[in-house]
Amino acid sequence: MSRGALSGCLLLAGLLVMPGAMAASRYYDIEPVEVAADTYVVFGAQENFNDANHGAIANTGFIVTDEGVVVIDTGPSRLYGQALREAIGRITEQPVVQVYISHAHPDHFLGNNAFDDVPIAALPGTIDAVRAVGADLAGNLYNLVGAAMRGTSAVVPDQTVEAGTTATFGDHRLQLLAASGHTAADLMIMDTTTGVLFAGDIAFHDRAPTTPNADIDAWRAVLAQTREREFAVLVPGHGPSTPDDAPLSQTGDYLAWLVDRFTQDANDGMSAAEVMFQPLPERWARLAVQPGEYRRSVSHLYPAIEQSALPERTE
Amino acid sequence: MNTISKTLALMLLVLAMPAAAAASDDPLDSSQWRYMLRQYFPDAKVVFDDRVRVVAPDYAEDSLATPVQVRAEGLEDVERVLVLADHSPINPVLDYYPVRAAPAIGFHFKVQQATPIRAAMRTADGTWHVGGVWVDAEGGGCTAPSVGSASPLWESRLGEVEGRLWARGDRSQRLKFRVVHPMDTGLAAGIPAFFIRSVTVSDADGRTLARLEPDEPVAENPVFALDLKHAGAVTVEGRDNNGNVFSARIPAPAS
Ligand SMILES: [Zn+2]
Repeated sequence: MSRGALSGCLLLAGLLVMPGAMAASRYYDIEPVEVAADTYVVFGAQENFNDANHGAIANTGFIVTDEGVVVIDTGPSRLYGQALREAIGRITEQPVVQVYISHAHPDHFLGNNAFDDVPIAALPGTIDAVRAVGADLAGNLYNLVGAAMRGTSAVVPDQTVEAGTTATFGDHRLQLLAASGHTAADLMIMDTTTGVLFAGDIAFHDRAPTTPNADIDAWRAVLAQTREREFAVLVPGHGPSTPDDAPLSQTGDYLAWLVDRFTQDANDGMSAAEVMFQPLPERWARLAVQPGEYRRSVSHLYPAIEQSALPERTE
Repeated sequence: MNTISKTLALMLLVLAMPAAAAASDDPLDSSQWRYMLRQYFPDAKVVFDDRVRVVAPDYAEDSLATPVQVRAEGLEDVERVLVLADHSPINPVLDYYPVRAAPAIGFHFKVQQATPIRAAMRTADGTWHVGGVWVDAEGGGCTAPSVGSASPLWESRLGEVEGRLWARGDRSQRLKFRVVHPMDTGLAAGIPAFFIRSVTVSDADGRTLARLEPDEPVAENPVFALDLKHAGAVTVEGRDNNGNVFSARIPAPAS
């Protein structure tokens, strides 16, 4: 297995080659879809990171206003960010004036390099996480994706989002909603002008949710609250947008099932590897990236649940 | 390789075809297998055997604790189960003697880099039956310090055992137990090897049901799942490489 050596070479190449516009379009085919007035989403591949999708697996979005363009998440790499910016330039002459980062996962913020002339805002917990583990996340993604990552580094957001505040750009009023559960800090953005809710990775749609930093109880609580909201379009972090709350209910149902199953398996004495390789019910087997994502969740969540099924201390 | 062992290997190849474990026949196609054969199975008969099942994820999400379940399907008289990782600074992961138990064990281990994880089961006739799978990884699991080594708090809980039994049909039980222990490999700078050396599971009369000898790659605060051919309470006793001992009585399942 020479993956380690190979990625080392690519890292080196990244330092030597100046990324340019030509390179960006070679890796990323960015096709913004208008989901509401002035509002565009670039849908990511419903896949794991690989060297064919170059890391573009999450949705990114932008809102075109009379006072400039607001970008929500920057994608997995500098080249992706550049390609996104070029795509925005084909739709409007308005400059990008603001970037929001939903959370500190590599598929959502590693395009920041392409927006370092623009304020990049995030929740305090997201800023802390990018500072703490951003470089490691970028390094891992180099290993998984390869050359498309060149020139990418973990740019720490330079502006703090105050929870519950509203930001106005032209006639778009954006409610900045602080949540947690998918990670320690998950920003959702509600455009009250269009009724579009950018839910970030609080909502997954037809793709198994990822759980490496999840607090399942907090996440389910946020999902339940968000279902009470009025919105016209819901944009999940992964998967198609919808006019209804299908991504919220699907994500909530999946997480509830995951915890129930792990609790039951722990109380039946199953080992983690046995839990990993059980067949999935049809409803959850057909989500994208299964059973891989389910197996990752066993690693993330089962140890604590398994331990709670053992008596406190045996004398 | 000297001439004698070359001849021997050739003989084995002829005798045990088609499954004799010549390096070139390794179903996992590992560059390390020739070395592993020489190092861990000198002069022994070794065959690749589909009945030896190793279940582990193809990617180590947590290189400090990757789950693995080993079991035999239809292979009788297994006396010893040796779990090995080809590409690891420490190849042996765990040695298991299922005295009155099924040749099956579940636990977590540390992954240093992409590696085959194998189980070799020695049957009463002395033959080693080998199965395994590849686990890919970002790695670094063996050279990272344990969480426990950084926290003095753990010292007071060292050797605590949490265990439980589940009835599994007639006179057989699943035993699962967790031991608080840092399981330091000795490969992280400035932190000496500190790991559980042996664990014995016995019945109320002191008869040994199972014995295991973990090696350094077993994960921190290890959880072991065993399948005992025994009904009723058991005792788990162990010791680490520094001479610390621990023991616990695990009561019979409630129902
Ligand atoms: Zn994501």
